[in-house]
Amino acid sequence: MSDTPEAPRKSLMQTLELDTRLLGMIGAFIVLSIAFNLLTDGRFLTPRNVFNLTIQTVSVAIMSTGMVFVIVTRNIDLSVGALLATCSAVMAMMQTQILPDMLGIPLGSPLIAPIAIVAGLAVGALIGAFQGYMIGYLTIPAFIVTLGGLLVWRNTAWYMTRGQTIGPLDKAFQIFGGTNGTLGVFWSWLLAGLAVAFALYGLWSSRRAKRAHGFPVKPLWAEFTMAGIIAAAILGFVGTLNAYQIPTRRLARLFETRGEVMPEGYTEAYGLPVSVLVLIMVAILMTVIATRTRLGRYIFATGGNPDAAELSGINTRMLTVKVFALMGALTALSAVIASARLTNHSNDIGVLDELRVIAAAVIGGTALSGGFGTIRGAILGALIMQSLQSGMAMVGVDAPLQNIVVGGVLVLAVWVDILYRKKTGERL
Amino acid sequence: MTTPLVDMRDISLAFGGVKAVDNVSVDLHAGEVVGLLGHNGAGKSTLIKVLSGAYRADAGEIFIDGQKATIENPRDARKYNVETIYQTLALADNLDAASNLFLGRELTTRSGLLDEGRMEAEARKIMARLNPNFENFAAPVSALSGGQRQSVAIARAVYFNARILIMDEPTAALGPQETRMVAELITQLKSEGIGIFLISHDIHDVMTLCDRASVMKNGKLVGSVNVDEVTDDDLLGMIILGKQPGAKPA
Ligand SMILES: Nc1ncnc2c1ncn2[C@@H]1O[C@H](COP(=O)(O)OP(=O)(O)OP(=O)(O)O)[C@@H](O)[C@H]1O
Ligand SMILES: [Mg+2]
Repeated sequence: MSDTPEAPRKSLMQTLELDTRLLGMIGAFIVLSIAFNLLTDGRFLTPRNVFNLTIQTVSVAIMSTGMVFVIVTRNIDLSVGALLATCSAVMAMMQTQILPDMLGIPLGSPLIAPIAIVAGLAVGALIGAFQGYMIGYLTIPAFIVTLGGLLVWRNTAWYMTRGQTIGPLDKAFQIFGGTNGTLGVFWSWLLAGLAVAFALYGLWSSRRAKRAHGFPVKPLWAEFTMAGIIAAAILGFVGTLNAYQIPTRRLARLFETRGEVMPEGYTEAYGLPVSVLVLIMVAILMTVIATRTRLGRYIFATGGNPDAAELSGINTRMLTVKVFALMGALTALSAVIASARLTNHSNDIGVLDELRVIAAAVIGGTALSGGFGTIRGAILGALIMQSLQSGMAMVGVDAPLQNIVVGGVLVLAVWVDILYRKKTGERL
Repeated sequence: MTTPLVDMRDISLAFGGVKAVDNVSVDLHAGEVVGLLGHNGAGKSTLIKVLSGAYRADAGEIFIDGQKATIENPRDARKYNVETIYQTLALADNLDAASNLFLGRELTTRSGLLDEGRMEAEARKIMARLNPNFENFAAPVSALSGGQRQSVAIARAVYFNARILIMDEPTAALGPQETRMVAELITQLKSEGIGIFLISHDIHDVMTLCDRASVMKNGKLVGSVNVDEVTDDDLLGMIILGKQPGAKPA
């Protein structure tokens, strides 16, 4: 044959190698933000609201990254909200009772927060591993194990605390709560600069690796466009947080507790909250696990075809234990952030979080049939859910209507996703 | 005669009441191709899945190089360098060809992370040998044709220096050119001293590629014969009627 096939002309999206689903979500999020901003006369996109929105999203977003792995392996975890309560109760009791009263570490000691956090993470991981054991080795369906877990852990927390609110939590512990722990302008800009440098290095080294193996690379202008968008997003986000000034009264009190007097006209901004920094680190770690490690590869392979994974020598039972242990540890981390934000442990902490977390993962493109899902999608899903909820509250939509809309959006999002997959011919 | 590479003795396995494999013994020498024949549901796949670690036999023993082998799962089988092309291919549909090729045995960088670049480069090399028309390295294998998927499964079995290779209908979905390449591959692997169990419904293939053939019917072994000493019709008689051929059994 004489006619050699011509290289198909690539669309702009293909040239940039963008993930269209992610792009669709980002587009939806931008439309949503602008709509709320118009409806609230510009109150939605103020530095203050962006700051609040991010810290409200962190707890669910962290858990949603773990839920991606759970759902990708064709499981579900209905117990995360309840487990969050148990972990929160354990950490609160460690701080206010067990460590000071039983182990003689005085209140306010710098040891309290780290010990409490380690204990909480250990409890979360162990309970998760135990549930994973029942699912993987005893082959009880995940739906049942974690439905039971929902009742068990919600009420374990209640039983432990007798339903009382426990607090105030340790001052160092509260750093993870949002407003009580922020990096300030200088460190926030420094981190933003490092993040940009790191992202650019990542782009460059992946290009170099492709070259080294002789695989096709994007045109240079496409690389520069991507780099520009990423840098603008990082700097814009941090710039917004750095524009949120700490209220003068609050600053004055800070100076007072240090025994100083605040100079006239002194101002200071919040900058990046520590909790958001934790979320960013979790996101990076979980993305690396998902895409660059054996563990992640086995998680996706098992979701795609459990029998094939088993026949390839993957210990799928142990994998289930690991996935649920990781989910438990992330739930404990979310418990740190949620209880630190409230400055105490309350009996209803984490109620309905399992639904928010599952919804975030699913809106983020995780397929309930297993095998597909991304960490960044789930985090974006959590952000969209939270924006919807906060935005409606700001507009003055009644609480029941808010929930009705969120429920409807969840179903709609999955339907759109199904249409999208049909169109792209992705088989499930 | 030399010690067989694989000696499966008196293997039995039942699914509920169905005796899928009933007291079957087969053996395989290094550099030998043994064909496993039988009608649909005769128990061929079940028998070889005992060797590949997918199933555990209810009774019977496996000897490898004359030593008793314990194969309780696919990981054990891989330790004995048993590689298998399953009839169902056993591919993770959501992953690409290279990921499937290296599944369970990924190449990593010094820092312990997956070395995607090297895995894809290796995948391109082996696929060039097996199926030069194969180009689609970026797509998940669910987007490949049946024959392309089969090529991936074959590549996975031959890439890792198998000593014992199990091929369960490896050419069922392949075109004529690809089938010929697999036949050449079998001849080459045989000359390298690899022992191969080849399950096939194609008597002609068995007659040309195999040294011996073992025939199963209803879970039982009808007999094992040297292909040189039997005719096509003898084999057909064994498969369909379960009757011993006139030729002397091996
Ligand atoms: N997982 C299973 N559960 C229950 N019964 C099974 C299972 N696998 C196989 N069987 C039964 O065992 C018998 C042997 O099946 P097997 O797959 O070994 O046949 P085969 O010789 O490979 O057939 P084919 O040529 O169609 O591939 C059949 O009767 C089948 O129904
Ligand atoms: Mg079969």
